[in-house]
Amino acid sequence: MQELRDRVKELLADGTVDRVLGWKAGDLPYNPEAAYFETVESLDEFVYNGFCGANLSKMMIEASKLEGKTLVCLKPCDTYSFNQLITEHRVDREKAYILGVGCKGKLDMEKVRALGIKGVEQVQGAEADGDAEHLTFQTIYGEKNCSYSAAMLERCHVCKGKEHRIYDELIGESKETKDAERFTEVEKIEAMSPEEKFAYFQKELSKCIRCNACRNACPACSCRKCVFDSTKFDSAQKANVDSFEERMFHIIRAFHVAGRCTDCGECSRVCPQGIPLHLFNRKFIKDIDTFYGEYQAGSEADMRGPLVSYTFDDIEPGQTAERG
Amino acid sequence: MYKIEKANLNALFRKISETQDLIAPIRTAGQTNFRLWTEDETVDLDTLKTVKSGKDAFFPQSENLYTCVREGKKLSVLPESLKEKPFTVFGMKACDVKGVEVLDKVFLSEPVDSFYAARRDHGTIVALACNEPEESCFCQVFGTDCASPAGDVSVWIREEELFWQANTEKGEALTEAVRELLTETAENEEQSLEEQKQSIRQIVQKLPYTGLSLEGWGTDGGQERFDSPLWETLYKPCLACGTCTFVCPTCQCYDIKDYDTGHGVQRYRCWDSCMYSDFTMMAHGNNRTSQMQRFRQRFMHKLVYFPVNNDGMYSCVGCGRCVEKCPEALNIVKVIKTFAKQGDK
Amino acid sequence: MSIEANEEFKPKIVAFCCNWCSYAGADLAGSSRLTYPADVKIIRVPCSCRVNPMFILRAFEKGADGVILCGCHPGDCHYTSGNYYARRRMTLLFSMLDFIGVEHGRTRVEWVSAAEGVKFSKTMNEFVEKIYSLGKNVRLEDLRCKS
Repeated sequence: MQELRDRVKELLADGTVDRVLGWKAGDLPYNPEAAYFETVESLDEFVYNGFCGANLSKMMIEASKLEGKTLVCLKPCDTYSFNQLITEHRVDREKAYILGVGCKGKLDMEKVRALGIKGVEQVQGAEADGDAEHLTFQTIYGEKNCSYSAAMLERCHVCKGKEHRIYDELIGESKETKDAERFTEVEKIEAMSPEEKFAYFQKELSKCIRCNACRNACPACSCRKCVFDSTKFDSAQKANVDSFEERMFHIIRAFHVAGRCTDCGECSRVCPQGIPLHLFNRKFIKDIDTFYGEYQAGSEADMRGPLVSYTFDDIEPGQTAERG
Repeated sequence: MYKIEKANLNALFRKISETQDLIAPIRTAGQTNFRLWTEDETVDLDTLKTVKSGKDAFFPQSENLYTCVREGKKLSVLPESLKEKPFTVFGMKACDVKGVEVLDKVFLSEPVDSFYAARRDHGTIVALACNEPEESCFCQVFGTDCASPAGDVSVWIREEELFWQANTEKGEALTEAVRELLTETAENEEQSLEEQKQSIRQIVQKLPYTGLSLEGWGTDGGQERFDSPLWETLYKPCLACGTCTFVCPTCQCYDIKDYDTGHGVQRYRCWDSCMYSDFTMMAHGNNRTSQMQRFRQRFMHKLVYFPVNNDGMYSCVGCGRCVEKCPEALNIVKVIKTFAKQGDK
Repeated sequence: MSIEANEEFKPKIVAFCCNWCSYAGADLAGSSRLTYPADVKIIRVPCSCRVNPMFILRAFEKGADGVILCGCHPGDCHYTSGNYYARRRMTLLFSMLDFIGVEHGRTRVEWVSAAEGVKFSKTMNEFVEKIYSLGKNVRLEDLRCKS
């Protein structure tokens, strides 16, 4: 991380960039937050470790409106989102200096808590460099351990690869952390009966508190004003008034990002209720792959998405039941 | 003081639910939240913090106020009836109970919120002491003792037993109703429970946020805090989602909306969040136009406006839910610390 | 409510019909004195592509038991390509509805030209029959609309 911090300082000092968008150390060992740094001294607080899961590419929408160039630290999977934002003209490539940072899988405190590890005072093994296979937690209740991969975010288990799809400069080693198939969970649900499917989603979605964190964190959800925030539209945008509303919200949201969703997994990462929201997106991705050919949003900038193109002999909606 | 075997708790829940609704921390799809107890639900008393606080029991996230029904040319307005059935909330923590005290200040002062008042009248709180406080807890900062929670009944889990002590009339009544399942405690047991409380308090002393200074906030805070340039950097990572406000035990802002059912209108209220762009939206527009202003509102309200209007009572109880749940790792503690650091310079 | 429970199930079916082909097809069915069940309520849209996925969900919310979308045959769209986009959208949406447990038979897309009055009436008869066999939609209804 020292190398990264030094390089960032250098780029800010020599005027290549006007500000740095990275992470600032938190007040607990696991809660660094996204931050802008405008002076070299302030970069002493710059950190980069296993808890820097947030995808900073969406913040570049705002940064693109600022004067001058912004250095942004992007992990391999974040660069897909950035590409997609370029495609949609939401960020200005000229105003971004993309520093591709290495990634060996990001950590999820919810998973750590689920393992019964609480009262965390210190963490070892979460550093960005080094090859720690285990995490050691110093807690109020004694020392606890878990393997690095047991604490990894869901999205890292289906890692899209260690390659940065767009960058100006790379620093740090990346590791492919994939140890599961991307569509396994989707397939499991597809195999259920309608009753079971319904019961499964009813249970999951009944937890939804309509906080809109999934939408606000999503780099593909970049509408200036969301349809669900419109006062002219009959929607309970922030109230869990009826189970219909939750289903409606999550289906429409997933549909709106279908073909544009890079499967970055932010929605599931930020959900306070741990709803596997990525399943909706992956279902669309799987269908798109099956019906219209493999497509990975954000793998290149300026690609034409599957929902804004067509072929004459596309599958008919009635046939999907047999084929899908 | 009474006690009951932990293994016997289901009998206790069954007994309570015979005559009233029982709301308890129930684990569904991997998360624990307060829900209506039924025979086939799993009560989870081990998770320290439910995702949402127990606030819903008294102030639900959304509730109907009245319904307008149209039949031919006749239009009738049917007010929603007030809560009449007694209910018990089991397993709220000390901070959650303190949160209800904060809500009382808001909803039970003039003009009294009749929906809330009815729920308070019919609700009994059984508060559970925290055995293993976590690093995100800071209830001590607001003078709460998580080892001996308030509430109508206080309960403690010690090894395989649950200790039960009624604090109020409502608590006595509930105790009477379940008396057949409880046994009296011996003096030495009460002694060892005291020891357990002491050891919990010692753990609290070791928590990273314990001793957090609120200097400069409360009734001392004001225009200077409001005008501080620090907000401009503090709010930056904020996603403007409502997670912090919806998991908070004390956030009490709500919005009133209409839903067109096709043959009538339901007027309902739902929690609002100061993080949302339509918060306090009026016909003329919105008086907070930027996310920085909305972000500032949340913390100024909890740490300055509320104490100024309520004899110094903060509307943060230190439950630490926002610390754990904020998607961008922002929280009230970071705000307090940032201002404290600024003061040092 | 008990009275309603005893009543025979009368499905509510919403048919979104494009102005240029299917709506004219329905018209032809009518003028040819072909019959289709009165359970079908037609909503005319400028093009099948105008149908936002939200329309379909809203229809279910407000009590529809089945939703069918009719448009021009592929290649015949009045706006050249609207129905091609609609086809992709509905394919994905219906697959998603199936994914969350809404039976596949409750949704359908059919291409009906202005000359196909017979096809229109036949399609509607079939679809209504299907919905009768599936029964009431209880998975995507909004309970607020019941009170």
